Amino acid sequence: MHKFANPARFTKLATKVLPWTSSFAAVCFLFGLYFGIFDSPADYQQGETVRIMYVHVPAAWMSLFTYSLMAAASASFLIWKHSLADIAARSLAPIGAAFTAVTLITGALWGQPMWGTWWVWDARLTSVLVLFFLYLGYMVLVNAFDDPEKGSKAAAVLALIGFVNVPIIKFSVDWWNTLHQPASLSRLDAPAIDISMLAPLLLMALGFKLFLISILIVKMRTILIEKRIQAKQLLKSG
Amino acid sequence: MKKFLALVQRDLTLVYRNANDAWVVLFFFVIAVTLFPLGIGPDPSVLQQLSGGIIWICALLSAMLSLDGVFQSDFDDGSLDQMILTSYPLELIVLGKCFVHWLTTGFPILLISPVLATMLNMNLDAYTTLLITMLLGTPTISLMGGIGAALVLGSRLSGVLISLIILPLIIPILIFSVAAINASGEGIDTSSAVSLLGALLIISSVFCPWTAAATLRHLTN
Repeated sequence: MHKFANPARFTKLATKVLPWTSSFAAVCFLFGLYFGIFDSPADYQQGETVRIMYVHVPAAWMSLFTYSLMAAASASFLIWKHSLADIAARSLAPIGAAFTAVTLITGALWGQPMWGTWWVWDARLTSVLVLFFLYLGYMVLVNAFDDPEKGSKAAAVLALIGFVNVPIIKFSVDWWNTLHQPASLSRLDAPAIDISMLAPLLLMALGFKLFLISILIVKMRTILIEKRIQAKQLLKSG
Repeated sequence: MKKFLALVQRDLTLVYRNANDAWVVLFFFVIAVTLFPLGIGPDPSVLQQLSGGIIWICALLSAMLSLDGVFQSDFDDGSLDQMILTSYPLELIVLGKCFVHWLTTGFPILLISPVLATMLNMNLDAYTTLLITMLLGTPTISLMGGIGAALVLGSRLSGVLISLIILPLIIPILIFSVAAINASGEGIDTSSAVSLLGALLIISSVFCPWTAAATLRHLTN
């Protein structure tokens, strides 16, 4: 891990990886959306609206996954002081916030025809909304200091504290009796979903993950370049 | 213990000398609660249903008003650096500061809340639960807020910022407190919600001073 904490080595590797991840993400989205929209059966209860699942569920997974990544990056920044870990955490926050927003919006669009309401205050929905607030809080805090180093440290601590919310979201459908349905996939026995629906769902999930990696690389590279420009300008003016 | 008491006494003296700052919080609490009957109408049955929620939301907001001051004055005059450097554990210093914050903001709010509950026509059976949830919940807010106060130290906009980062984290206190108050108003058993509040207080009294102290060491160098 520490070997890749070197910004120059990271940039070199990232530049090589980026075309692959972004094109594979595009392929996954293309096939996933095709199978999801045109080539998978409608649900016997939910009808055509079930197709919202192919965006909603992967986005929800990614909102939690991105937060976990952000917390891990924050922890490694606090422990080993890798500036690259800090840059990763800073870049992950707006991406995760966007995934969470997509989750909430598609959820509302799905809830309206199925539950008859855009929003209910049940445990799953509320805890995801709190996750969204945590992302926003991180983004505000990280930029609230004149000394960026202080902002990184404070925001890293906040990311770690906010991590308590992740298991609460994950298990909220089991702990409380909610309107939101429980998990169908991550169960010990076989998943409670047919292969014709599972295939596009997993394709979309893979696409979302590759998309996250691509965007993350672009954002991190941008921040690294910004830092270099700043350093060069300082050298010039000094 | 002697040093801890000396520290608490010092902070209490500081608050006493600037008593205005503590009164402002209490005054804000009373005014905020007063706004609700004016805003949603004086219907006693509606107010009775909402009374627990109104009092708790206003208590949370008033706590947010004062939290950014927990370390601020010591940070400004440099005594916080001295406290970090002393051999006395910083965790206990933080605990003392959170305790003083509770004693000067949470506790007065607790004392005046039955009066406001009467004005909101709260169910008589719910008063005891209101006081118990306040007694368990407000110290937890001060403890968790201590982390927030440490995080925003030295930032721009520290007052608004602390609300943005701490309010999402203390939502469970609001949920369990209001659930307990509403349940007791209907004569339902409240022990599970009250136990959860107690658990939150115990956990945060161990973890929050520790986290806040680590944050202070990280941020002040």
